[in-house]
Amino acid sequence: MLARQRVRAAWLFLLPTLVVLAGVAGWPLLRTFWFAFTNASLASGEQPEFVGLENFVVVMEDPDWWRSVRNTFLFTGVSVTLETVLGMIIALTLNSRFRGRGVLRAAVLVPWAIPTVVSAKMWGWMFHDVYGVINEVLMHFGVISGPIAWTVDPNLSMVAIIAVDVWKTTPFMTLLLLAALQMLPDELYEAARLDGANPVLVFFQITLPLIRGPMLVAIIFRVLDALRVFDLFYVLTSNSAESMSMAVYARQQMFEFQDLGLGAAAATLLFGLIALFTIIYMVLGRNSVIQEAA
Amino acid sequence: MSPALTWLKRIAFGLLVVVITVYTLFPFYWAVVSSLKQGSALFEVEAWPRNPAWQNYSAVFTEQPFGRNLFNSVMVAGSVVLVSLFLAVTAAFALARIRFRGRTPLMLMILAVSMFPQIAVLSGMFELIRALGLYNTLPALTLSYMLFTLPFTVWVLTTFMRELPKELEEAAVVDGATPWVICMHVFLPLLRPALVTTGLLAFIAAWNEFIFALTFTMDQEARTVPVAIALMSGASQYELPWGLIMAASVIVTVPLIALVLIFQRSIVSGLMAGAVKG
Repeated sequence: MLARQRVRAAWLFLLPTLVVLAGVAGWPLLRTFWFAFTNASLASGEQPEFVGLENFVVVMEDPDWWRSVRNTFLFTGVSVTLETVLGMIIALTLNSRFRGRGVLRAAVLVPWAIPTVVSAKMWGWMFHDVYGVINEVLMHFGVISGPIAWTVDPNLSMVAIIAVDVWKTTPFMTLLLLAALQMLPDELYEAARLDGANPVLVFFQITLPLIRGPMLVAIIFRVLDALRVFDLFYVLTSNSAESMSMAVYARQQMFEFQDLGLGAAAATLLFGLIALFTIIYMVLGRNSVIQEAA
Repeated sequence: MSPALTWLKRIAFGLLVVVITVYTLFPFYWAVVSSLKQGSALFEVEAWPRNPAWQNYSAVFTEQPFGRNLFNSVMVAGSVVLVSLFLAVTAAFALARIRFRGRTPLMLMILAVSMFPQIAVLSGMFELIRALGLYNTLPALTLSYMLFTLPFTVWVLTTFMRELPKELEEAAVVDGATPWVICMHVFLPLLRPALVTTGLLAFIAAWNEFIFALTFTMDQEARTVPVAIALMSGASQYELPWGLIMAASVIVTVPLIALVLIFQRSIVSGLMAGAVKG
């Protein structure tokens, strides 16, 4: 009796949250899927008509879409790799004992606290072709002979976008890796030190295998985030066709070209991609989730 | 090991620490420096402006509706935090303390929602917001931000709520307390630190949000701070007011940095609960 009462209470307690989630996630997602198969447009006030797979065909035939796919994957691959390597170096540094460790740990959090748009603007200014400090420094050291238009040239703007993302999200990687490092038992390292093992060897043969699990979860988490990137591309390259991410492409179709159906088709494709990675993430992190739920 | 080698190692390590610190802090430092420059001084690269110009900080409020934008951001982020926490406390109680069928799938579903790309719900949400008559208003943002704050707060609070001792609850049940009383009067007070952490993280996420705020508002007066900064323009299309943009950036960032530094420890544990344990 009491148990049944508690189960009923559980559902009552969950009801408001489930209603809100259905309203802001479930319903809009279904509508987006539906729009993807219609000629819905912001320009016309008419009821959208079902057009089958037409939008998907148009998207698939658009070279700009494929460029945005390439950009998104390049961005994700390079940024997440750099963030993992840099995050590991900083986490290992923070994991050793030295004076001022607390200060460094706080400093490392600063980029994470800065809004993405603000980071993009700050770096956009540093990358400014004529007055930017980065060109100035590179010219001072003779790396380049004249100023470079970082955010205008599509090849270079990718460098700039990745630089901002790496700067902004490495702290997150650092935190997750540091947490994993701190859970490793000291005894292992005592033994290695007594044997006089080389620190690089110790890292690759002891540390890395032991933190592989948490590291993988952190990497997939970052991949999921990177695939849906919008702000950085939008703010740094002001919407140029050569340097768009998939999310920027989808939004441009929807709201600038007012073709809701086409944009929804692109958004649906991106959603499918992210859903795939989410499933991988859940399978990898499954043990911990089930442990939590048990 | 020879003393020379030990010293060499120490110097190398110190150098590494310095490089990390400079890399992390330089962009923010440069924003501060640039925000204190005006006119042609902006175009000279120097470590600290000779005559710091504070005018940018007042100009951003007089030449732009930036005060209004700040107010919008505070209102939206504040209301998002309050609503999400209120909804999440009861949901987390149910998920953490009551055994019922369908709990695990439900938790996985909530986790899945937290992975949604915002672009995937953008057109459907746009339609919903227009149908509700909320377009170009702040409640539109509060509502749409629930997409990412609610799954997150539920998830993290569930993690925290699960760690509270069972005995407390049992004692309350013996006293005849209903689940509502247990949740609100026994557990809620114990969850204060967790509420601060999750609330702060949700606040930061809402404060930083860009794509919904860009799409669901139209007027300069309705914009939140990130959109205002992203769209700030000068007298002509080709002349961006960099001094103003940097001043606005610093204004927006300083409170966040302060909050993060003050709550450093709890923020780190909150991020862990939200990411790794998932």
